[in-house]
Amino acid sequence: MSDKVRIGVAGVVVGVLALLLMKFGNPPNMGFCIACFLRDIAGALGLDHATKVQYLRPEIVGLVLGAWLTALFTREFRPVGGAAPWTRFTLGFFAMIGFLAFLGCPLRMVLRLAAGDLNALVGLAGLIAGVITGIFFINRGYSLGRAQPQGRVGGYLFPGMMLILLIFIFAKPSFILQSKTGPGSMHAPVLLSLTAGLILGFLAQRVRLCMVGGFRDYFFFRETYLLTGFFAILITAFLGNIFWLHTFKLGFAGQPIAHTEALWNFLGMTLGGLASVLLGGCPLRQLVAAAEGNTDAATAVVGMIVGAAIAHNFNLAASPQGLPPNGQFAVVFGLVVTALIGWLSRPIAARRQAQA
Amino acid sequence: MESLVDARGLLCPEPVLMVKREMERLGGKGRIKVLVDSGASKENISRLARSRGWAVTVQGEGPEYTLLLEK
Repeated sequence: MSDKVRIGVAGVVVGVLALLLMKFGNPPNMGFCIACFLRDIAGALGLDHATKVQYLRPEIVGLVLGAWLTALFTREFRPVGGAAPWTRFTLGFFAMIGFLAFLGCPLRMVLRLAAGDLNALVGLAGLIAGVITGIFFINRGYSLGRAQPQGRVGGYLFPGMMLILLIFIFAKPSFILQSKTGPGSMHAPVLLSLTAGLILGFLAQRVRLCMVGGFRDYFFFRETYLLTGFFAILITAFLGNIFWLHTFKLGFAGQPIAHTEALWNFLGMTLGGLASVLLGGCPLRQLVAAAEGNTDAATAVVGMIVGAAIAHNFNLAASPQGLPPNGQFAVVFGLVVTALIGWLSRPIAARRQAQA
Repeated sequence: MESLVDARGLLCPEPVLMVKREMERLGGKGRIKVLVDSGASKENISRLARSRGWAVTVQGEGPEYTLLLEK
């Protein structure tokens, strides 16, 4: 099977899984949303005070464990780290601020678009603007340096953390919080969510699925491999919304878990897209890389979780009413910090070359 | 002459970019040995090379690979 057929088939399966999860109880247009689900996990762990977004999403746990087992089996599990972990934490943090201003990661953006939510089209334009900005920095010599091999223990810690969350999902200890209303209360049955996550993890590890990498590689190399996956998910979810779930509704207003403030949908995704390109991939890709033993990616994921908690504690996250002023400030501030990281993170060799 | 690109420890898209620059530096033909340590880099570089008409030979079974690109 050719590469593109493989990632196309994977995209179709991911699209079908997302539709299934929505049919069986996940929030609307949120079959998968890596950013939202990490945010729900932050809520379930009690890291913030938002009572409507607390749920230990089995999709995330399944995704990491699925990718981890696949990497072990294919001998691609390799503990590495040490390429600017704190910078990656910060980029993960601001990526989340951006995604929560839009209300979704690039994967949910595709699902929103597939359901006719035109705000997601504005988000897509913002994402592409962020990717192009990231490419500008990379062409200038942006790099976070080389990761070094680490001891095996380091690589097992992140999947290990997910195993503990898996125990919590089934044991339901009282310190794990669960929303009674709002998006956190809406979820597919645990076993379905977990299985869908495992399959997503397996597929994403195998075909290297990345929702920002598609545009990045297209603009860089005219390479359409990852973009094939992106469009396969989009088309599958689009057809499923029309003919199966009957949830397709074209327009800007009244879309589920979305707002209509174009500027902030655009800039939120610009921030998320830029930070993702500087990290080397979207939140989904970061989770898979962390499962493969990349401790820097694990650090970026924790940055996202902390970003989500702060976003809800400081009233930075958007709601269907729009993005609060605090959030508007945070997005602009995040764009400045992220751009500075992109501008200033150049290895000595690239700087010398530029001077010569 | 064979040139060497060491892309170990780097995440996408840096390894592909390094190889692309090396191809351009060599004037679009020659022999390039590439060291990578992830399956994603191995596949991305192979894809770029083949799309530009370079022959690709992969050595190693992971997680470290050596790619030999020739044109």
